Amino acid sequence: MLNAVKKVVAGWGNFPKESCFVYRPESVDDLKEILKEKGRKNIAYGLGRSYGDTPLNKDEHVILFDKLNHMRKFDEATGVLTCEAGVSLDEIIEAFLPRGYYLAVTPGTKFVTIGGAIANDVHGKNHHIDGCFSEFVESFDLLLASGEIITCSRTENTDAFWATIGGIGLTGLILQATIKLIPVETSYIKATYEKAKNLDEAFERFVQNDADYKYSVAWIDCLSTGDSLGKSVLMRGEHAHKSELPKSIKEPYKPAKASHLKMPINAPSFALNYWSISAFNKLYYASYKNETKIVDATSFFHPLDAIDDWNKMYGKKGFVQYQAVFPKDRNPKEGLRKLLERLTEEKCSSFLAVLKSSGVANDGMLSFPMEGYTLALDIPIKDNSLFDFLKELDTIVLAHGGRVYLAKDSTIDPDTFKQMYPRWEEFIKVKDKLDPEGIFSSSMSRRIGLTSSK
Amino acid sequence: MSKILVLGATSTIAEETVRQLAAKKKDMILTARKVDDLEALKNDLEIRYSVNITVKAFDALDFNEHETFFSEVTQDDDLEGILLMYGAMEDQKEAEQSFELSKNMIDVNYTSAISILNIAANYFEQKKSGFIAAVSSVAGDRGRQSNYIYGSTKAGLSVYMGGLRNRLHKSNVHVLTIKPGMVDTKMTYGVVDDGPLLASPVKVAKDIANALVKRKEVLYTPWFWLVIMLIIKLVPEKIFKRTDI
Repeated sequence: MLNAVKKVVAGWGNFPKESCFVYRPESVDDLKEILKEKGRKNIAYGLGRSYGDTPLNKDEHVILFDKLNHMRKFDEATGVLTCEAGVSLDEIIEAFLPRGYYLAVTPGTKFVTIGGAIANDVHGKNHHIDGCFSEFVESFDLLLASGEIITCSRTENTDAFWATIGGIGLTGLILQATIKLIPVETSYIKATYEKAKNLDEAFERFVQNDADYKYSVAWIDCLSTGDSLGKSVLMRGEHAHKSELPKSIKEPYKPAKASHLKMPINAPSFALNYWSISAFNKLYYASYKNETKIVDATSFFHPLDAIDDWNKMYGKKGFVQYQAVFPKDRNPKEGLRKLLERLTEEKCSSFLAVLKSSGVANDGMLSFPMEGYTLALDIPIKDNSLFDFLKELDTIVLAHGGRVYLAKDSTIDPDTFKQMYPRWEEFIKVKDKLDPEGIFSSSMSRRIGLTSSK
Repeated sequence: MSKILVLGATSTIAEETVRQLAAKKKDMILTARKVDDLEALKNDLEIRYSVNITVKAFDALDFNEHETFFSEVTQDDDLEGILLMYGAMEDQKEAEQSFELSKNMIDVNYTSAISILNIAANYFEQKKSGFIAAVSSVAGDRGRQSNYIYGSTKAGLSVYMGGLRNRLHKSNVHVLTIKPGMVDTKMTYGVVDDGPLLASPVKVAKDIANALVKRKEVLYTPWFWLVIMLIIKLVPEKIFKRTDI
């Protein structure tokens, strides 16, 4: 007999916070028992790194997957790994980097589960070349509302496959997945840094040589105005070969440092403001120079993971992450410029702003990226005026044929969602087939009108 | 290579402890009532840590089979140590009304432990090396109205382990009594309130692995339970009988 604990759950942005019935199953039988309860809504929860209400379920079931975290099979020759949905990317790196394998696609944090990575179809610094996480997912097993388990792949149950990818947990519970890791010679990255004095220059560089680098992203100072609007540091990288390592590095696979800093409390609300962030941005930009150097994988891919609970820097009110993609054929540079101009006008301070070129969209019905450019930034919540402002940003994004990333969203409404994700109707057809009674539903899905409110 | 025998490898604390030991490259024999329940853990450990894991069925309550079980194990493998990690915890109020529930706790937590550990003690005494470790509980340190039936079974186990430690000292066998406080496990989820006193099973597992390496006698995990229980044990009965904890 499984117990649920009624507790307040929030995403990484600490907004919104909702009271949910949280289950912690340890087996597939436990999962089936939870789903059997009539008239309730269910959603899976991995490591809670999505920012808004994706895995929240107000007054309904939230199903933790941290105990369903066993690795099942690994083929040393091909790098193909089968593991339960609760296994995290961090655990995979820990187990396999010393054996010469790395994740083919990793988002900015390694503290996400396989299930979460598929359900949000996460992407990384190599999206412009390699695509999303799902590109390297060969298949997964899905537990349906009926209790049946189906295997989904590009050749089997394909509609369920493409609905679940990016499907924010609404098609069923992902039990395990088979993914392909990539062989690497070392645990280091040859990183190349280039400063761009404004948006135009950043774009020039992207277009000119993004294709030459496996990994590419630009940190952008979104408080710079005028001629410096879009001032940025482009950070590119390649996996370092053994021969490229300096003599001072003796081991090609350095184990990651385990201990790190922890943000102990919520910072007071005045800590992060226009002035403090402005100062930070100036220093941060100045700290970089145009150069190429060898850095370890964690500093390159997951710099923020070094500070546990870094989201607490935004204080109790939390923050909102806004990430949008602008397709390349609808004047993306103009769209980005308008977005940045509105942000600097409102003095909406964000110090974690990232600009990246993105590759073609895949067949995931609700998968986020499309060929063009994506901008992601944090905005601390000071008061409710933020939400009207975000609607303005949504309008700019829509005007340029773009969309926001559901894994970061906590505010869009049904109309906006439907315009941003035109394949929603196709998704609903598949979902209704897999889950006719609609037992998989979340606070997010109800908010964006993807599932009905009770 | 010597292996560690882990009885009751499916409990939350056991799973995490076994992971810690596998990270230290220990080969192990894991047991459960149903061997199938161990498949996932076995594969996981072999993949992550490249260790050798054998699984075997062990029914704590099948006392008559314990001798056979142990000789089968030691026929195939040399043992570095034995870790008894299973236990039963019933609801106190329900157990007060039901001898069946009370007896289950007594049989699983105390009687079965005596049965199998008597056998293990003789093996290690002859070997003149190795370790015997068992998971008891802070609940065994003093009878409290909220869990004394469970607590008394653990009290019995703790005293047994103390005597074993005394007997086996001259045979150079390490005897470790593990006393966890409140741990976040499937036993306590939804039953015990979340709070700073609720320990993570990973932390407890790390403490256990460390205690084995350092050859500790009694481990309170997390450490502050040593202090809490010391205070609780010092309160005179005349006062303690009035408390409600």
